[in-house]
Amino acid sequence: MRFGLRLAVPVLALFSAPLSAFAETVRWDDQVSTFNLDNGMEVVVIEDHRAPVVVHMMWYRAGSADEKPGVSGVAHFLEHLLFKATDTMEAGEFSRTVAVNGGSDNAFTSYDYTAYFQRVASDRLELMMKMEADRMVNLRLTEADILTEREVIIEERNQRTENDPGALFGEQANAALYMNHRYGVPIIGWRHEMETLELEDTLEYYEQFYAPNNTILIVAGDVTPEEVKELSERHYGPLAANPDLESRVRPQEPLHNAERRILFEDPRVAQPYVRRSYLAPARDSEDQKTAAALMLGANLLGDGQTSFMSQKLQFEEKIAVFASAFYRGTSLDDASFTTVIVPVEGVSLNDAEAAMDRVIAEFMEVPIDLDHLNRIKRAMRASEVYAKDNVQGLANRFGRALTSGLTVKDILVWPDVVEGITEDNIKTAMRDVLNKKSSVTGWLTSGAEAVQ
Amino acid sequence: MKQFFYSLVTVVTIIAAPLRADIDVQEVTSPLGFKAWLVEDHTIPFMSLRLGFKGGASLDRAGKRGSVNLMMALLEEGTDDLDGRGFAREVDELAASFNFDASGDSVSVSARMLSENRDAAIALLKGAVAAPNFDQVAIDRVKGQVLSILQSDLKDPNEIAQTAFNKAAFGDHPYGSTLSGTAVSIESLTRKDIQNAHRDTMARDRVFVSAVGDITAEELGALMDTLLEDLPETGTAMPERVEFGLKPGITVVPYETPQSVALFGHRGIKRDDPDFFAAFIASNILGGGGLDSRLMEEVRDKRGLTYGVYSFLSARDHAELVVGQVASANDRVGAAIDVIKDEWARLVNEGVSQEELDVTKTYLTGAYPLRFDGNGPIANILVGMQMQGLSKDYINTRNDNVNAVTLKEINRVIKDVYLPDDLHFTVVGKPEGLE
Repeated sequence: MRFGLRLAVPVLALFSAPLSAFAETVRWDDQVSTFNLDNGMEVVVIEDHRAPVVVHMMWYRAGSADEKPGVSGVAHFLEHLLFKATDTMEAGEFSRTVAVNGGSDNAFTSYDYTAYFQRVASDRLELMMKMEADRMVNLRLTEADILTEREVIIEERNQRTENDPGALFGEQANAALYMNHRYGVPIIGWRHEMETLELEDTLEYYEQFYAPNNTILIVAGDVTPEEVKELSERHYGPLAANPDLESRVRPQEPLHNAERRILFEDPRVAQPYVRRSYLAPARDSEDQKTAAALMLGANLLGDGQTSFMSQKLQFEEKIAVFASAFYRGTSLDDASFTTVIVPVEGVSLNDAEAAMDRVIAEFMEVPIDLDHLNRIKRAMRASEVYAKDNVQGLANRFGRALTSGLTVKDILVWPDVVEGITEDNIKTAMRDVLNKKSSVTGWLTSGAEAVQ
Repeated sequence: MKQFFYSLVTVVTIIAAPLRADIDVQEVTSPLGFKAWLVEDHTIPFMSLRLGFKGGASLDRAGKRGSVNLMMALLEEGTDDLDGRGFAREVDELAASFNFDASGDSVSVSARMLSENRDAAIALLKGAVAAPNFDQVAIDRVKGQVLSILQSDLKDPNEIAQTAFNKAAFGDHPYGSTLSGTAVSIESLTRKDIQNAHRDTMARDRVFVSAVGDITAEELGALMDTLLEDLPETGTAMPERVEFGLKPGITVVPYETPQSVALFGHRGIKRDDPDFFAAFIASNILGGGGLDSRLMEEVRDKRGLTYGVYSFLSARDHAELVVGQVASANDRVGAAIDVIKDEWARLVNEGVSQEELDVTKTYLTGAYPLRFDGNGPIANILVGMQMQGLSKDYINTRNDNVNAVTLKEINRVIKDVYLPDDLHFTVVGKPEGLE
């Protein structure tokens, strides 16, 4: 147990730590500023002074993909448990305090991050920091917490996954896509491992990853960088860094050289469909161009009713109720590029898949519709205007990117990178990705229809 | 009792005067007489516009269930000048966004558009709102999409529960069936039916408008006249009132799935009832979000019987109920239901404490101004208020009304509104020990 030690240090540091005279604030534009605390916490301030409200978010660079084998779901389980007691607060007191202050709070866990946030009147920011700093190091879990809350996460899994054949299918498809990386394990955990999660498992994860040098603090709304600096130094500054924090090198995917296929049957399936996921590069700090090209490619191919897949499959051939393509590139390790076709009644999954393949091949063959590409780029530029209306959305964008190995600069230049992408860039990036040998094709059926 | 204050009071004063929603609402009347609520804010060069038409999907004609919902889905599928894809291209071209939605009490249009091309965006939106062409090819395709959703709903335990509960509670009234219709009703809809649904619901006598963002009162007046002048003067008659008709008890809808979903409720309280604020606070204490409610504490936190349980007051235009939902594994849902029943009874027998009342007031009054968050959400709230018949002054008096509720009053109202012996549970799944 390293708890005692880590607890002791802050008290000392409260009086002895230099007040970060050297941590300079960088003002990136009229909205975004950043600075670091001496203990390694990175701080991002996003200003919006239209209403006296702030969003306070603590992002940990730790998610389900950082779990060790055998304890899947522990990152998410711990997220639930962070609302239990600390040395000075009762179980449930955190959220209750936020609520009696008129705020709302919640948390979420993903593969690459765990994040906690509160939305409150801006004059309550200090209270949020005090409580968030407290639970970063002073959590006091009991066996009873584990037993009850484990039932809760299992009911959560029942609700999100077991009761939804589409979710069960997605889980199997992901497991087939990632042969070595933890992205193949569901964030909520495999049921049999969730059932055996113990107190020690959660504490081990907590001690390893919950430390200021593994966090990004994002404060968005009616605050100034000066205020955030003063308050964060007061409340987070005294926390000791974890000197044993290791860099996030996780098992990577081997060469994929076999096309994988899965067939998932469940009588609760009402609408059969085909989904194919290809392994794809993630948005990378050294190369955002590939990801930008893939994002635009996915939009052209399958986003909305003017997309290539939709035009061909829904409007011309009338073979699909719905057809789409998407790429989620903001992740620390390899991402995926996915296409889906939901056939109209009477069309078999076999024919639907063949049609999807034919249309993807055609897309790669014909020149890209430049009007369409320009419309997409224009919409992306406009979305920067609309984004200013929602600082919580902006805060999320920064949190996701920064926990995925990107920098503030990467985030801010992203619109320019997208703007500069040519049709050649798109075709090249897609050609590399659309390789069936690094893909999983899944059929979701009720088992009642003939599959061939 | 809980001691949730003790550790922090020394550092920060917890209960301070609640933030006020600093929202300056102007009432605008256009040259042609259309009215709107406007919040001008020129910080960001775009505006959000919201139109709400009272009545909504409950105005489906006899035998035409699903026609209003299908009509709303078809508004973006083409106008007199453009087909559906042409329309979508134009929307992208302008970087605007339009959403069309049908609910049981209204149909609504939400739009946002950049200041630099607002006139063009309004011209385009006008095509969808006032001159949709309901092309037969589009009707057939969108019907296919609705049918696909309906098929999925038949196998979704949440939808199955909703459908069974509403049918039993409201019978043949539109509230008793899903607004998407059935496979049979959808198949039978003709282009004429869709045109009727449009004329019946989107009329000048029932429209409410709000705009938030980079636009002046004068500009908004002109914009409304352009957008709405071609709509018919009147729509069809509003639906009748309906009483909640579900008797106490438990109904099980057998369905092979590991986790049961239970919907529960009984009759409720009208939005304009003088006791509404007291009931609203009680509802938050029993089953609301934000503060951990009694139901969450007892069913989830203490016993781990569910991931989520909630209940709330549903005050609709033609009926009102108290309703809630829980989901638990088949072998545990019976226990969850028992706890919910016990909490319902405890609320009535013991009432709420002064401390619960105070804390909930602080939460509700503090949270209220935080809702006014961004142009789109504000526009949405402003149309909702108008449709409920509230004055713009409500924004300033709402928290005073919450604070005015006394302990004596809330505990009297609880006995009128919460009816433990009337609760009906509709359970979908393979619940053990329930029949």
